[in-house]
Amino acid sequence: MTSEQIDLAPSRRKGAAGEVVLEVSNLDVTFPSGDGPVRAVRGVDYTLHRGEVLGIVGESGSGKSVTSMAVMRLLPTTAKVTGEVRFDGRNLLELSESEMTRVRGSKIAMIFQDPMTSLNPVYTVGAQIAEAVRAHHDVSKAAALDRAVQLLDKVRIPNARDRASSFPHELSGGMRQRVVIAIAMANDPDVIIADEPTTALDVTVQAQILDALKAAQQETGAAMVLITHDLGVIAGQADRVMVMYAGKPVEIGTAEDVFYTPRMPYSLGLLGSLPRMDRPSERLTPIPGSPPSVVNMPPGCPFGPRCPKHTEVCDETEPELRATTSATHLAACHHAEALVGAEAEDVFDTEVADHDALAQLAEETP
Amino acid sequence: MPETLVKSPDREFTVEERSQAQLVFRRFLQHRAAVVSLCVFVVLILLAYVGGWLWKYDAGQYTPDNSVPPSWDHPFGTDSAGRDQFAQVLRGTRISLQVSVSVAILATLVGTLWGSVAGYFGGWVDTLMMRISDLVLTLPLIAVAAMLAHNFGGSWYLIALVIAALYWAYVSRVARGVVLSLREKEFVEAAKALGASDTRIILRHLVPNALGSILVNLTILVALAILLETSLSYLGFGVTPPDTSLGLLVSEAQTALTTRPWLFYFPGLFIIIIALTINFIGDGLRDAFDPQQTKVRQ
Amino acid sequence: MLAFAVRRILYSIPVLIVASFIIFALGSASADPLAPLREKNPPAPQNVIDAETIRLHLDQPLLQRYFSWLGGIFTGDFGPSVVSTANIGADLGDRFLVTIRLIALAMVIALILAVVIGVLTAVKQYSKFDYTATFLGFLFLAMPAFWFAILLKQAGIEFNGLVGTQAIYTIGQASVPPPQGTGAYIADIIGHMILPTISLALISYAAWSRFTRASMLEVMNSDYVRLARAKGLTRRTVMVKHGLRTALIPLTTVTALDIASIIGGAVVTENVFQWKGMGDYLVNSIRMNDVYATASWLLIAATVVIAFNLIADLLYGVLDPRIRYA
Repeated sequence: MTSEQIDLAPSRRKGAAGEVVLEVSNLDVTFPSGDGPVRAVRGVDYTLHRGEVLGIVGESGSGKSVTSMAVMRLLPTTAKVTGEVRFDGRNLLELSESEMTRVRGSKIAMIFQDPMTSLNPVYTVGAQIAEAVRAHHDVSKAAALDRAVQLLDKVRIPNARDRASSFPHELSGGMRQRVVIAIAMANDPDVIIADEPTTALDVTVQAQILDALKAAQQETGAAMVLITHDLGVIAGQADRVMVMYAGKPVEIGTAEDVFYTPRMPYSLGLLGSLPRMDRPSERLTPIPGSPPSVVNMPPGCPFGPRCPKHTEVCDETEPELRATTSATHLAACHHAEALVGAEAEDVFDTEVADHDALAQLAEETP
Repeated sequence: MPETLVKSPDREFTVEERSQAQLVFRRFLQHRAAVVSLCVFVVLILLAYVGGWLWKYDAGQYTPDNSVPPSWDHPFGTDSAGRDQFAQVLRGTRISLQVSVSVAILATLVGTLWGSVAGYFGGWVDTLMMRISDLVLTLPLIAVAAMLAHNFGGSWYLIALVIAALYWAYVSRVARGVVLSLREKEFVEAAKALGASDTRIILRHLVPNALGSILVNLTILVALAILLETSLSYLGFGVTPPDTSLGLLVSEAQTALTTRPWLFYFPGLFIIIIALTINFIGDGLRDAFDPQQTKVRQ
Repeated sequence: MLAFAVRRILYSIPVLIVASFIIFALGSASADPLAPLREKNPPAPQNVIDAETIRLHLDQPLLQRYFSWLGGIFTGDFGPSVVSTANIGADLGDRFLVTIRLIALAMVIALILAVVIGVLTAVKQYSKFDYTATFLGFLFLAMPAFWFAILLKQAGIEFNGLVGTQAIYTIGQASVPPPQGTGAYIADIIGHMILPTISLALISYAAWSRFTRASMLEVMNSDYVRLARAKGLTRRTVMVKHGLRTALIPLTTVTALDIASIIGGAVVTENVFQWKGMGDYLVNSIRMNDVYATASWLLIAATVVIAFNLIADLLYGVLDPRIRYA
């Protein structure tokens, strides 16, 4: 072993499992816009424990991606971020830019949605992985490239040595996402944030990428935040699940809690719109309407207008997260108790088609 | 259970829906430099066409005041023959605007037609037509324009014709690019799949979407044409007396820079104001039609 | 890559030939080389006009004239000038060297300025610096080239008056006769080049810096720059290695496309500073209806433009691995 060899084994195991590694509290993100401030994230709290996978679910615009970009401090400077992101005893939001640079990639790594655009088209994939290694390790280019080849091998890219000298456009989407995963693994991080890692990929490739992610997480021993709009992706992967709606967490609990005893109509609705192999005869139950605009939000529960359980109290006060089935299963709904034993089809109408839209379409078509 | 579903769309969407034209207009108003430029440009047009007519001196009129510096009587001074420079500049502005706007409209019409036909048909038609455009673009415009204008030019509309005969090639490239990219767009394919006719696709989908680029390009052409006309006049191949243009006024005044600087500065200033405001208006239009270009990713 | 280069060069040849025909036909159709003789007062005698007609091949049909002109070029003969003692090829050769040094230096300066200002304004988007630079850029875009050049010339004259010696030359491309000694000669050339170079450079700079800014902004908002930041690279590294490296690729094409208008700008600049370069030659040739001279000038300009585009295409291939020369 030369002095330049990079320690590959996850030897410096990062404390005991169960220990809190990342703690987000009271996170608020506001963007200025022509129509007034956009409150993209409104008071997000979560803790991430060593070795666990936290799934964050929500529709587009629910603030789930903005939350993680805020944790990485990669939002444009126009964004106003308040709250606290505790990592390793420090509040990341208070670090200087150069201190934060040392955290990014080495302690917290990130995987983005679109592998087609995530890699720089003018550099080889090997160089782009090696660059991540050299950002945090003082090693020669050759040693970093060796490490890159090892990483490519770990994410199961065949002929890793040859592939390292390929340019991104020469690889398929799935292969590119593996490269991005390899970049995330490069410095043996404590936390990996995967933002919709499978959304842009073919269904057939999605499972492979999820496997690669799992392998990466086990290899590095990192905790993972898995962001997606697809409950199916979460199902086999996450230990705990956080459901977000209109910039706020509306339900948090173990995967079992959320999947089997949801206490928020929105979570129930999401589950209802997911096809299930174990009960093939069931009808899907779509959630009517669309998410609210986060500009000038009216008071009351943001899900109220779409909620079949909606009552007067929902228009007046926005429900806070509170304990339901257990102290660790929280939901933000005035009527959480009314959902005991309910199935999606009991609450949502199975045949809510958008009649207005269909009528308009029929009219416009010559 | 659908009866219990309370629909209150006003609570769902607090941002009201706007039409494309309203959006474009609103975004244009947000571009302050463009709005100011538009006002200045309108004032300039009024000044040139109405002001010149109201002003006490005619452009060709010889007053008894020779070579006087700017004063209340002659805001831009007079030349050595006693002609009022303010009246001259207004007349030059009229001609320069006529030249550049004619060039912009002519070149846009020809170029858009040429480029869209090439882009729409594709294949060898496209190759042939674009090779011809490329050929025009390999020649320094001012050299060819000077050569043509020397023997055909002199009056403002001939100069406009000569310049337009070269600038259409630029427009054709832009128009072809727009048509090519629009042809690939999903909404055009969707309209086709729904059975919409070619006419409907062109009128409802292609034209409104290409309008932005065409308008922006039109403004760029106005600015380019006014500068090219100016350079041509300076080299002696542009508008010739008895016609006049801002370019001709400046080039006539270049030897007077030290003795009668007002003759040199005022027409030059007017050229800059026209080209500058037109460019800012174009910039505002671009932002208004294509907000994606300037939007910061969130 | 080599095959692509060879094919690309071979492809340029027919383009150049078609361009040369259009140039020649346009020139011949738009000007009558004998007009000055006919309009002379008193008119030139008929036998002089007849002799000129034969000397200038005007008795031959257009196609024949064109082919003998084109054929002659390969032997260095660019056709007969209306000035019977002039040699178009030799004159153009001398003047080409004068003009090309102006254009080359102006382009280099414009590119450096454009990249530096373009990147700074993109990085400091919406800052005071950005607004100032953007406004100045717009101002240069709106300024007639010669108007600015004349002002510069005036400023140069006043500067010389201020320092009490001829530090900057405002007329001509070199002193006649040239000063003795290599050092003095070079200083003389530089002294003559300063003002024309500045005025030509600033005009191209404006458009290029706007382009660099837009290109840089697009790249800096791209997903791969976001990933590069997420890797833990410093802002500076991301900006140079990922931002600039990628943003500059399309600038090669833009620069090459602009070469025609830079040559046009040089024509005007040379006239203001009274350089005996290509620009001055063109203006005189057009005035004298010297068809062969004008056509030869345009052919050289077109060759330069085509060559630049060829180089840009090849460079693009080197800089951007996505371009495949299959």
